[in-house]
Formats: sequence, C-alpha cells, structure tokens
Amino acid sequence: MESLFFYLFAALAVVCGILMVANPFSRNPVTSAMFMVLTMISLAGVFVLLHAYFLAAVQILVYAGAVMVLFLFVIMLLNLKEEEKRKPGWVRMGFGLVSAGLFAALLLRSVAAARNAPLETAAATVDGGVKPLGLLLFTEYPLPFEIMSILLLVGMVGVVVLSKKELK
Amino acid sequence: MESYLSIPHLLAVAGDEKIFGWVTPFVWYSAIKVLVAVGLMLTMVAYTVWVERRVSAFIQDRIGPNRVGIFGLLQPLADGVKSFLKEDFVPGHVRKVFFWIAPGIMLLPGLLSIAVIPFGSKLGEQDMVIANLNVGLLYTFGITSLSVYGIVLAGYASNSKYPFLGGIRASAQMISYEISMGLSVIPILLIVGDLNLGNIVAYQGGSLWGWFIFKAPLSFVIFAAAAFAETNRLPFDMPEAENELVAGYNVEYSSIKFALFFMGEYASMIAVSAMMATLFFGGWTLPFFGLDQPATTWLGGLLHIAIFLAKTCAWIFLMVWIRWMWPRFRFDQLMDLGWRRFIPLALANIVITAVVLWLKA
Repeated sequence: MESLFFYLFAALAVVCGILMVANPFSRNPVTSAMFMVLTMISLAGVFVLLHAYFLAAVQILVYAGAVMVLFLFVIMLLNLKEEEKRKPGWVRMGFGLVSAGLFAALLLRSVAAARNAPLETAAATVDGGVKPLGLLLFTEYPLPFEIMSILLLVGMVGVVVLSKKELK
Repeated sequence: MESYLSIPHLLAVAGDEKIFGWVTPFVWYSAIKVLVAVGLMLTMVAYTVWVERRVSAFIQDRIGPNRVGIFGLLQPLADGVKSFLKEDFVPGHVRKVFFWIAPGIMLLPGLLSIAVIPFGSKLGEQDMVIANLNVGLLYTFGITSLSVYGIVLAGYASNSKYPFLGGIRASAQMISYEISMGLSVIPILLIVGDLNLGNIVAYQGGSLWGWFIFKAPLSFVIFAAAAFAETNRLPFDMPEAENELVAGYNVEYSSIKFALFFMGEYASMIAVSAMMATLFFGGWTLPFFGLDQPATTWLGGLLHIAIFLAKTCAWIFLMVWIRWMWPRFRFDQLMDLGWRRFIPLALANIVITAVVLWLKA
C-alpha cells in the first residue's frame, strides 16, 4: 500500500514539475504556478510516507499556502501577454540545461552515497514530532538556523529600502 | 535503483496480495467516519444557509423563507434543485479551465479540515476523530491556507475587472490574517505543549476555567477576528463587498458553480466554528457531571458528539448574527488592523505567555 502511494505521489510530483516548466498546452505563468502548487502538495505526500509529518504540514502551510499565493499574486499583477509570447533563447536554454545537469549530478551522487548508509538514523531524528525537530534546531544547529533568519531579515530590510520612493 | 522502477517490479507490487490486505477494520471505520462527517457537514452547510436567511430576516423585521415545508425547513432542498436547473452560463471571455475548477477548489478546504477535529470522545471502541494526527493544528492551518486559491483563481479566470479586484483583495487579506491567526494560537501550544487537537481538548477538561477562552483571552480575540477574515465574513468580506465590487470574485458565475462558491463559504465557516469550539471552548467536553472524561457508554459518546455540535452551532449562529449587525471595514482599515494591531499584539501575547510559563516552571 505504501509503495503504491509512493509511486502515486512521486509520479504526480514529477509530472507536475515537468508541466510547470514545459507545458505543451499553455505558456501561461498562472498555469505554471498552479502546477508548482501541485508539485509541492505531492512532495508533502512523499514526506508523509517518510513519517515526517511536521515537514509535510509545513510544506503545505508555507510553500503551497503562503509562498505560492504570493507568487500568484505577483504574477497576476505583471503583464502576462509578453511572457506568453517570449520564446526561450539559446543562452537561456544553455544555462537552464547546465544548471539542471549539475543539480541532477548532485542528486545522483547523494542518492548513491545514501544507499550505503543506514537509512534508519535519518528517519528517527525527524520522526513526525515537533519536539525532536525543535530540540535539534536549538541544540545542534542553532548557528545555521540563526543565519537563515538573518538572511530573511536582510531580504526584508532590502525590500523596505528598495520600495521607498526617494533614495537619499 | 533500477530494480524499483523496472516493469516487473511494478507489476509485482500491483499483483501482490498485500495490496488488498489494507482493507482492515481501521479502513472500514475510517471510511464510515468520513462518510458520516462529510454528510453531516454538507447538511449543516445547507441549513446554515437557511439559518442565515431566517436570522437576517428576523433582524431586519422580515419573515424570511417560510413556505417550503414547516418553518421553511425544506428550503435548502428547493435552493439546491433551483441552482441545478438554472442555466449554467459561461461568458465568452473567461479562461475556461480555471473557470471550471475554481468552484471545486473553493469547496475542498472546508471539507478537508474537519479530518483532524475531534468531534466526540469515543463511540464503542472508536475514537471520534477521523485522523488523530500529532501535527493536527498545523494540518488545519495548512488546509486553511489553501482556501485562498479558489477565490484567486475564480477572480483570475473570470477575466474581468470586479472579479479580479475581488480575487486580489482576497489573497492580500487572507495572507495577512493567516499570520495573526497562526501567531494567536502559539500561546495555546506553549501551555499545552502539544499540537494534537485531541490533547488540546483533553487539557481543557476539568473546570470551566480550563477553557482557553478564559486561559488565553487575547489569543481568543485575535483568533476570532482572524477567523472572520479567513472565511470572508462580515465585517471583513472584502472579496465580495456587494456595493463596491458588485459581488466580487463570483460575478461571472451562475447556476451550480455559483452555488458551489456559496457552499464553500459556509463549509469553511462551519470548519472554523468547529476549530473555535475545539481550541477555545473545550471541544466535546463539559466540566459538569464528569462529561470531561472519554465516554464509556454509547449514550455518553453520543452526548459528547451532541455537545461538540452544540458548541459549533453556537459559533455559526454568532457568525451569522454579527454579519447582519456590523458594517464592513474599509480595505485600508482591514490591513491596518491586521498588520499593525493584531500581529504585534499576538507577538506580545506569545512573549508574555512564555515568560509566565517560565516563571511558573
């Protein structure tokens, strides 16, 4: 049963991901954004199958619910007609292929590395609960956690500065 | 890696006898609970509309729908038949695909979010909750955050000015109030130390003062206001705002598609009322006659379900009542209230609760 659901969610994630970047039926950015939402939800399904319930809930809450709504909001306010007409140029395609290739190599490498390592330890540390995750964040990884928050803060300050009309 | 994706392996998975081994009693009971809960919810949606019309009529010194059946009790049925029989007109300028799926997306979140709400203690051996998730509260917030898509997509798909404005307003409003809603319940999580809704209800048993409306009143005020905003009810019904936007995101919709939007609004209203009863009013418990312990008899179990439904219905009634008594906020007032009043207040509430708990520990 679990493997059936895994194949279902994995296939959904991959298919929606492909339709997000290369939809043969529509070049509408809103359609792409909606497929991205579906990809996020399918990934949350995969997280559930890994018993990472907290991650799954947060994936839906933050990515599918908040981030993508903002994306949609911005896309709707942009001029969509130009984007629909624009043809992808060679430079763009080249960069895209190179980065996709590099990322695929990285992924394959980590999968290959993970095959030899025991999987149980990874599952046990994030098993569902909020407590183990919170403990890990505040005992073992406080520095990366704080750096992430500073990054977000910097982004926010940057937006406030940029959106001011007159820069002095 | 290859072996998992090979055709023989896939066939082996599909042909395995274990694949039908999953039809266990657990699956049966869950399926029954889902059917009953969703059926009850849809019935409540229909009758909430009727209550809304009757109460609004009473408030405005009218009579309201009283012709179909006794007290007009069959009115929802007539409404349903009517919306099916009306012409389903699709204007030429709409974006067809999104125009079709938006009403469905609108109805889903309300129905999905009741999955984790404990609507009773025990009936026989079964816990009266569809899915007893340890991250129950986060799940409901996640599902609620998806409800904005229905409105935004409807506004976008309609491809005309008023619906689009309604959709944009809706997304701005719902994102803003989601933040204060999420922040407002954190004190409760700090006090209980758990995200499981069942445990939050159990914590509130014992005495009336254990209810979080008395223990965390500020959380309750912020959550209640955010709940009105999230369900687009007056005084925060910006996405519709009849006299500014005609009817906002659903202007171009007719027939059953329009009815689905209507049902979606009421479904999320019921869901949020159930959340309110669970988080702040002790869920299925009552602090008298030992009703705060899980039931051991069938009668006790049914009584607990009735208590929960009564609390939920009281909230639904309050939401209806407020709609017909209060004027609408202006959009800038709404944003000001959300960002500059509620969010700082909710943050202060978290800090104060944490300090008090720290001093007590």
